[in-house]
Amino acid sequence: MAQHVAQPTDTTPALPAKLPIGAIVPWVVFFGILMLVLLYFVGAEQGATSVVSGEDVHEWVHDARHLLGFPCH
Amino acid sequence: MNSTLVRNLLVRGMLAGLAAGVLALTVAYFLGEPLVDRAIGFEEAHAPAHGHEVELVSRGLQSTAGLATGVLFYGVALGGIAALAYCFALGRVGRFGPRATALLLSGGALLSVYVVPFLKYPANPPAVGDPGTIGKRTTLYFLMMLLGVLLAIAATLLGKRLAPGLGTWWATVVAVAAFVLAVGLAYAFLPAVNEVPADFPATVLWRFRLCALAVQTTLWAGFGLLFGELAERLLNPGPATATAPARPVAAP
Repeated sequence: MAQHVAQPTDTTPALPAKLPIGAIVPWVVFFGILMLVLLYFVGAEQGATSVVSGEDVHEWVHDARHLLGFPCH
Repeated sequence: MNSTLVRNLLVRGMLAGLAAGVLALTVAYFLGEPLVDRAIGFEEAHAPAHGHEVELVSRGLQSTAGLATGVLFYGVALGGIAALAYCFALGRVGRFGPRATALLLSGGALLSVYVVPFLKYPANPPAVGDPGTIGKRTTLYFLMMLLGVLLAIAATLLGKRLAPGLGTWWATVVAVAAFVLAVGLAYAFLPAVNEVPADFPATVLWRFRLCALAVQTTLWAGFGLLFGELAERLLNPGPATATAPARPVAAP
């Protein structure tokens, strides 16, 4: 019994260590931008601006755009 | 070592985003699609010239495969971004473990990426919105999203800065109040958009907007819980195996 009340740190789990900013930034620069491009194609391509000509991308994700809250035509 | 951890968290974020996307897709399909169909019915009955004359993608595909593509890619993309934000937040926002940090981050993301823009520029069903103003509406929407995220980050930094002097409770209260005030000012100064046709059924509009909010709440709640669990197992492998019986591991 006495062992269970040894230290408060035994009952509270260790807090996660900070990740150094320098280790995160390269991933943000590459994958962060890739993810934003993906979001652009789901949310805005062939609406206000077009990278690919036509209406196919817009029409394909039409319902998702409305239900995810993006402005759509 | 740390770079590997970032990569592992990113991969788990994208997977959790995909899984949360499946949950959100279920809500969008079963609650949202009947409302989209009613709005399109209104569109066709009231403004036949305004509709798409040439149907590039059939309604059947738009409401199933098209909807799934959009929602799942949205889940993966935001899951990846949230995982990268999580790498910054971990151990820096307060005394929170991996799971609590994930759920807190998800709540913050729902608020700043979706609820803040939604309260000013809410989701609209088909037939609501003038195609001539799509450029202006898209700019305003993405601006509001960006503002939501930047103000949430600023409020977090403000809270951290004030915490040593005011204590955690009052630092949080002041930071949240500053966030609400700044968002309120943005709402007051950005132009309003109201393009709902006069005879559009109010109940369909109301239910569509509630449904859009439900889709996002499902996405972020699912993401926070799933990603939190994956991050917990990655960062604290010890306690998780103590409660759940270990599975037999195949020998290499």
